[in-house]
Amino acid sequence: MATTTATPLVTFLLRIADDNLVLAQRLGALLARMPELEEDIAVANVCLDHLGQARSLYARAAELEGLGRTEDDLAMLRDERAFLNATLVEMPDVDFAHTIVRQFFVDAYQVPFYGVLCGAADPVLAGVAEKAVKEARYHLRRSSTWVVRLGDGTEESHARVQAAVDLLWRYTGDLLATDEVEATLAAEGAVPALDDVRGAFDATVHTVLAEATLTLPTDPYQRLGGRVGVHTEHLGHLLPEMQRLYRSHPGARW
Amino acid sequence: MSAGEQGWPLWEVFVRADRGLNHVHVGSVHAADTETALQAARDVYTRRAEGVSIWVVRSTEIVASDPDGRDDWFGDLKPYRHPTFYEIPDAVGHM
Repeated sequence: MATTTATPLVTFLLRIADDNLVLAQRLGALLARMPELEEDIAVANVCLDHLGQARSLYARAAELEGLGRTEDDLAMLRDERAFLNATLVEMPDVDFAHTIVRQFFVDAYQVPFYGVLCGAADPVLAGVAEKAVKEARYHLRRSSTWVVRLGDGTEESHARVQAAVDLLWRYTGDLLATDEVEATLAAEGAVPALDDVRGAFDATVHTVLAEATLTLPTDPYQRLGGRVGVHTEHLGHLLPEMQRLYRSHPGARW
Repeated sequence: MSAGEQGWPLWEVFVRADRGLNHVHVGSVHAADTETALQAARDVYTRRAEGVSIWVVRSTEIVASDPDGRDDWFGDLKPYRHPTFYEIPDAVGHM
């Protein structure tokens, strides 16, 4: 519902916000389930960073949209087809390796992506990006450390993290794909061109995977569609769990 | 990674809250190596921006005084060792 009438900037903000909210929901579901206490606290930190980024972006999108919706409405009252996140972030947590590889791909993308957005014309978007790029750099440090340790670890950890790379790689296309939304924003000078993000992402992925003795799938297929609301089956299960309370008790405060 | 039979080894964590202050012991974390120990320490003990610098030290590297020898080592209060008998001029302020 938002995509048909929204301005390019609002759509762009929702794409970024949805990435962060859906990932935060995935990470939040891991609390008290991580393999070590230290990792439990670490995943909570990362989760809250993404949630904070999402909130700021939803609030700005709601303001620019001017339809009287709030950040909560955008997060909790839109249906699956209106969510514009990359499909990667909705992929389930099969095991610790999948959690870490999903995070690593997101981090490798967000570091250069937020770096570019620091030059956005919208002061709120630029401000969020300034803060988020520092968070993303720490996230990347942590996730790439784990990818290397799991990949270059035991036979078991190597097999699990390679399986995660093999599965999740084909869902990274949404992160790097651009369409008329980004093209319009670049032409208007609202957001700098995102052309260099892919190169930086590829360089990070290749460096870290090489150190981790891991390989990318040779099949070039990429599953696209998240940016226009065409999702995997997994988002359809995630959203009701996330939105149920808000929808069952509209206007509830605590 | 060298996880022992009891899991990851223990590291003591020291955080410096601000420039000019000392690193202060804040607790410990389990981690497989130095890098993950630093990251765990950052996530567990500085998540609300408590510090500007972190040290981690393997707990087995800490040499401690013997608690049973406490009386011999630290004994009774020796007030005469404190330089409390000088007149401090007002201009000195806090000392």
